[in-house]
Amino acid sequence: MKLVIAIIKPGRLEEVREALSQIGVTGMTVSEVKGFGRQKGHTELYRGAEYTIDFVPKVKMETAVDDDLVDKTVSTIVSAAGTGKIGDGKIFVLDLQEAVRIRTGESGSEAL
Amino acid sequence: MIWNYASFLKKTRTGILTLLFLFLPAVARADTLDSGDTAWIITATALVLFMTIPGLALFYGGLVRTKNVLSVLMQCFAITALMTVLWVVGGYTISFGEGNAFMGSFEKAFLMGVTPESLSGTIPEILFSMFQLTFAIITPALIIGAFAERMKFSAMLLFTGAWMLLIYSPVCHWVWGGGWLMNMGALDFAGGTVVHINAGIAGLMAALFLGKRKGYPTTMMMPHSLTLSVVGASMLWVGWFGFNAGSALAADGTAGMALAVTQISTGAATLSWMFAEWVRHGKPSVLGAITGAVAGLVAITPASGFVGPMGALAIGAISGILCFFSATTVKRVLGYDDSLDAFGVHGVGGLVGAMLTGVFAAPALGGYAEIGSIGRQVWIQFVGSAATIAYSAVGTLILLKIIDMVVGVRVSEEEEATGLDITQHDEKGYNY
Repeated sequence: MKLVIAIIKPGRLEEVREALSQIGVTGMTVSEVKGFGRQKGHTELYRGAEYTIDFVPKVKMETAVDDDLVDKTVSTIVSAAGTGKIGDGKIFVLDLQEAVRIRTGESGSEAL
Repeated sequence: MIWNYASFLKKTRTGILTLLFLFLPAVARADTLDSGDTAWIITATALVLFMTIPGLALFYGGLVRTKNVLSVLMQCFAITALMTVLWVVGGYTISFGEGNAFMGSFEKAFLMGVTPESLSGTIPEILFSMFQLTFAIITPALIIGAFAERMKFSAMLLFTGAWMLLIYSPVCHWVWGGGWLMNMGALDFAGGTVVHINAGIAGLMAALFLGKRKGYPTTMMMPHSLTLSVVGASMLWVGWFGFNAGSALAADGTAGMALAVTQISTGAATLSWMFAEWVRHGKPSVLGAITGAVAGLVAITPASGFVGPMGALAIGAISGILCFFSATTVKRVLGYDDSLDAFGVHGVGGLVGAMLTGVFAAPALGGYAEIGSIGRQVWIQFVGSAATIAYSAVGTLILLKIIDMVVGVRVSEEEEATGLDITQHDEKGYNY
């Protein structure tokens, strides 16, 4: 099992969710985060002073998938979340040691 | 039956006079109650109270960081309550009692002698006293903008209470209560000196005395809700009709003109700040627009009963630009932390308005005051402003020093970092 973490542009979340459900990935957790890589921030004005905001709003999407679905998951996210511009985001794939469904107690691939 | 000719004539004359009286328009005389005037001032009192709660509370509240929003709302609310009690106890009599050139005497402490029948001009005196109370409430409330996000609540209560009685009320007496500035011919229709210069200078002193917020000016301290601030500023604009037009103390043409020039000045000032910022930074900001409006409202306040529409246009346009510079460039260059621009907008705006009143009150420039020459009037305005500045500055510093020795005025560094809502009130503004 793998945990796929994707930091994406907030506006692309719906596309990613839709595209992933097409390939059989139906569960995910989403949080609102801020961050930066190569994308420059923006300026904000307050009382005549300009402040540079480095952090850009992003969405972090996490989903646990079976090993045989990982590559498809990653490529689906890449095509659904990508716009071709700086700031599209990044995907990280982590080894997932265990997964458990709380309601039934199922573990392993059954729990995904 | 004997026909009594004399009696007949008398009754006829009475009858004719009665008929005439019914059809003549109501003429306001100095010692009778006018219900039109009274109704308007009742309304104006509510409007000016509305300016503080929640107008100013929201305007300032939105400008501070989330962790301090309740502290601002609480300060405005508590000041309203505290000033109400203190005004009745002593503020009213110090401001409007007989007294001397400097302050009123105490014959009206606790509003003694003020009955439902007592009159002040054409309105009940008790109503006049309450209308004036709303001014005594908003003036200290303006000062909180200068020490926002770092003043202890207890110290704030002590300071504003003492300030209203010892600084506000005497100045009020000088200008409106029969004191020396009134006798000198200083023109301040609704509170350019009494309210705005007074509060603005006190704010500057407080900002300097308390010192800068930790991290100022390199740390970004953005308004947590400009949405609230726009709502608050809009309430101030509407409420100000009560502030200026109400200061006519009558429902008449002067009130009508005061309302008009208030509107005109504010419109002009909003635009001039907005365009100044547009040129300087490339985009007009919402904060700039609403602050420009407040600057225009402040500047027209002393002039509102004395100038005409052209004067209002000029006062608005000029105050918008000058306050823009004082709240941005000047403030940054001089380095003081007047958090919400109590001095930059109210102090500077009040001073600009007070001086320009001397100019545009002249009939030659569309004004309605009986003044000597413009030069002479401007000089009188200058003396009034300077005296208020000096008294407010010295008095404020003394009060702060004493209160600092008794309870300490500034919160600790850690309290400041955590936020005043939690540390002073054990509450959070938002729970989601």
